[in-house]
Amino acid sequence: MSDALAPQRSFQGLILTLHRFWAEQGCVMLQPYDMEVGAGTFHPATTLRSLGPKPWKAAYVQPSRRPKDGRYGENPNRLQHYYQYQVILKPSPPDLQELYLKSLRAIGIDQALHDVRFVEDDWESPTLGAWGLGWECWCDGMEVSQFTYFQQVAGIECSPVAGELTYGLERLAMYVQGVENVYDLNFNGLEGAEKVTYGDVFLQAEQEYSRHNFEHANVQTLFDHFKDAEAECRSLLQKGDAGEKHLMVLPAYDQCIKASHMFNLLDARGVISVTERQSYILRVRELAKACGEAWLRTEAGGA
Amino acid sequence: MPDLLLELFCEEIPARMQRKAAEDLKALVTNALVERGCVYEGAKAFATPRRLALHVAGLPAKQPDLREEKKGPRVGSPEGAVQGFLKSAGLSDISQATIQSDPKKGEFYVAVVEKPGRPVPEVLAEIVPEIVRNFPWPKSMRWGAASAKPGSLRWVRPLQSILCTFGPETETPDVVRFDVDGIVASDVTRGHRFMAPDLILVRRFDDYVTALERAKVVLDADRRKDMILADAKTLAFARGLELVEDEGLLEEVAGLVEWPVVLTGSFDESFLEIPAEVVRATIRANQKCFVLRDPATGKLSNRFILVANIEASDGGAQIVAGNERVVRARLSDARHFWELDRKPLPGFEHVPGTLLDQRLAKLRKLDIVFHEKLGTQGARIDRITALAKELAPLVGADPAKAARAAELAKADLVTEMVGEFPEVQGLMGRRYAEQQGEDASVAAAIEDHYKPQGPSDRVPTDPVSVAVALADKLDTLVGFWAIDEKPTGSKDPFALRRAALGVVRLVLENGLRLPLKPSFAAANPADVGADLLAFFHDRLKVYLRDQGARHDLIDAVLASGGTQDDLLMIVRRVEALGRFLDAEDGKNLLAGAKRAANILAIEEKKDGAGAFDGAPEASAFVEAEEKALAAALVSARGDADAAVAREDFEAAMGALAKLRPVVDAFFDKVTVNADDKTLRANRLRLLSSLREATRAVADFSKIQG
Repeated sequence: MSDALAPQRSFQGLILTLHRFWAEQGCVMLQPYDMEVGAGTFHPATTLRSLGPKPWKAAYVQPSRRPKDGRYGENPNRLQHYYQYQVILKPSPPDLQELYLKSLRAIGIDQALHDVRFVEDDWESPTLGAWGLGWECWCDGMEVSQFTYFQQVAGIECSPVAGELTYGLERLAMYVQGVENVYDLNFNGLEGAEKVTYGDVFLQAEQEYSRHNFEHANVQTLFDHFKDAEAECRSLLQKGDAGEKHLMVLPAYDQCIKASHMFNLLDARGVISVTERQSYILRVRELAKACGEAWLRTEAGGA
Repeated sequence: MPDLLLELFCEEIPARMQRKAAEDLKALVTNALVERGCVYEGAKAFATPRRLALHVAGLPAKQPDLREEKKGPRVGSPEGAVQGFLKSAGLSDISQATIQSDPKKGEFYVAVVEKPGRPVPEVLAEIVPEIVRNFPWPKSMRWGAASAKPGSLRWVRPLQSILCTFGPETETPDVVRFDVDGIVASDVTRGHRFMAPDLILVRRFDDYVTALERAKVVLDADRRKDMILADAKTLAFARGLELVEDEGLLEEVAGLVEWPVVLTGSFDESFLEIPAEVVRATIRANQKCFVLRDPATGKLSNRFILVANIEASDGGAQIVAGNERVVRARLSDARHFWELDRKPLPGFEHVPGTLLDQRLAKLRKLDIVFHEKLGTQGARIDRITALAKELAPLVGADPAKAARAAELAKADLVTEMVGEFPEVQGLMGRRYAEQQGEDASVAAAIEDHYKPQGPSDRVPTDPVSVAVALADKLDTLVGFWAIDEKPTGSKDPFALRRAALGVVRLVLENGLRLPLKPSFAAANPADVGADLLAFFHDRLKVYLRDQGARHDLIDAVLASGGTQDDLLMIVRRVEALGRFLDAEDGKNLLAGAKRAANILAIEEKKDGAGAFDGAPEASAFVEAEEKALAAALVSARGDADAAVAREDFEAAMGALAKLRPVVDAFFDKVTVNADDKTLRANRLRLLSSLREATRAVADFSKIQG
């Protein structure tokens, strides 16, 4: 590997190193899901594949959108669009912690020098009807990953249990590159005129999307999109219902993801009151649950 | 005598669960052993992030033999009954049973079942797997391939290995043979995750502790705490600083490391412009680090103490640098919030008043629900404001200031700072209020209205703070009472016991006269008075008991005829009663009054309750002593009532104490249960009057001794 692609030199080098590491562990290396999601967990390769009896190992980068976290490009640590590196292993292997630590060593975190800790953090996604137990993983006091043993997804008990690792790529890259501002990250590992920073790639996007998320997204359109996605999800679930089997879970689940993102945008626009908030979360959860149940009636779901 | 060593080794156990888990393990194993006849000399349990360990010393090698007698049916019972008995006793023929006779039951069969004691390892192999499977973790999980099947093993995090040895000190102990869902008990464990990951062969507790120590694991959490505290103090001292001690944080941090390495880091001094509490909260909550202060000025320093889990090859330089980065980022955020909160709030710039008024307007607009049946935070603020205004004169506060403080008390909930660090609620409101020129009492009340938060928290004394603190708590209590959400057993989700204790402490420690029922009525029109008052009495009892008051005296005062609505007067009475009973006159009067009450209780059983109510007939008295008692009662009762009316409980007791010689004389000379029915009834009425007289201060029958 050229110097430019060393994980300490470039953002893309970090990603490539993780890809190589997890590919060597037998994971299928997937590409990001082509929809707006709040976290890597929403990718059907995690949400749906963690259900049912079939073994599954996958890793991918997932661009994640959290409209509310936008700061117009002014905060050195917060972004409304960022990357998660997601690993899902079903069933969870007995040496998952050791594998995780090896992956940190692969990206240059020497554990004779750095203080890596597993600190209790129970994960829950109310919109996905999912929860698990695990830790946030600390490196020298900084949270660099989330480590979860899924117990339930889409309201369904996981059997077997999958292990999920989520690396916050920007934060990890900032740490290994020794950079204080996310926009200063070296993206391509080159220097001088050839160097491309994270800011070169994303700063304008952060500014534009912050304006969109907080000020200009059309609220009525968002409400309509939410309703449409919800209705379409239900309709697809009904149309795909073939008795014992289900034939259209993935398209239905896409609509669930869409509804979830619409909700996040509405939330960022500040138009959802506290009481309504709960009911919107519940509505998305109902969709996720229905998709999860339908998934178990498909080939990949073990039917 | 053999010892047991048990270690359950797993992935990182949440710090907050470790201590209780170790205690549970000890109790479960030792109880199960004792139940099976295996008594022991001593037991101690330990926890680290990755293991629970238990050492039980002085166990027998073998369970004692058990001899059990089983009673059977009577001799000559039907065949079915006899067969059933043989089966349950494990006998093949009735000739194996003996016959015993009993004067009532006649002759019956008895089977003597002898159970030879089993070797203790066998017993352990039976009980440990059960305990592991049913361990009372607050939250547990499934994992791995086994979790595909229902009923798979649950543990707090994946359980990786079990070590279990048993044997006397002089010999090599044996591994206790068992497995739990495929995890086979052995005599090996592992050391520190990073510094000594290799397998360690263990024989017994002594070499276990030493081997772990060599493998960079300090088994005992209390020792880890001591090490951290000592090192932190030394490092602070070396820099001329002082550790801000924090027991909760220390306990947590000791549960995050197996090998504590204490280091110091620092941050830019300019961050010290942020309120110290916020700096501390940031560093504590997010980084689990301790802060330091200047012992001379008490001011926070820009250094902090962190506890790592490894002896790093560079002496910890990178670890410190990493932690400093994170602290810097967090403090930058905090400073950003601090600045933002002191600027006009976008969208609310035109709200009249201060910046906090803008936040209050936002809070109202957000319609944040306080409780679905109790409305929004906005509605709650209105209620508390009205109540604080009404209570203000009772506690010596300016009603306008109390109302203003109540209005602003919750405004900081929508500030950026409190959104990020909920633990500085109140405090931030105060800081912002001070900066925006609110009255000092108003600003202080914004912070202090949450107080006291428990039995050891500070009680506010400024009248404005007291008014708002009372209003906040009474609104909560009366509200939840009105919708019937009272605490039950161990469930108290809205912390209503704490709220009531808060009211008790505010009233008593400030010496306030606060009539409770009218205050309840002012807080909420729902009629909850009697039931809520009883709840307050319970809280008062708990509080006074913690202060060392005798609970029977509290019961005696609460059962008396006096006011039950005024906490301060109840306490004054309890105190006066205590002093009275400490003196000789009091003790003797108590004895006399109790004797009277006992006699009355017996005779009322015969003649019916209330049979001796009413005043005795003066003309029916025969003996001089009863006449004297009757006369003394009239004057003592008058004096006592008058004293109670002016709330001079000492004087009331003093008036009653004067009864002592006449009561003693009466019991010496007069036969209460005279043969003459009229005489008896009259004397019992006299005793009844004595009972009534003492009830002016307390129900003496509730007093013990």
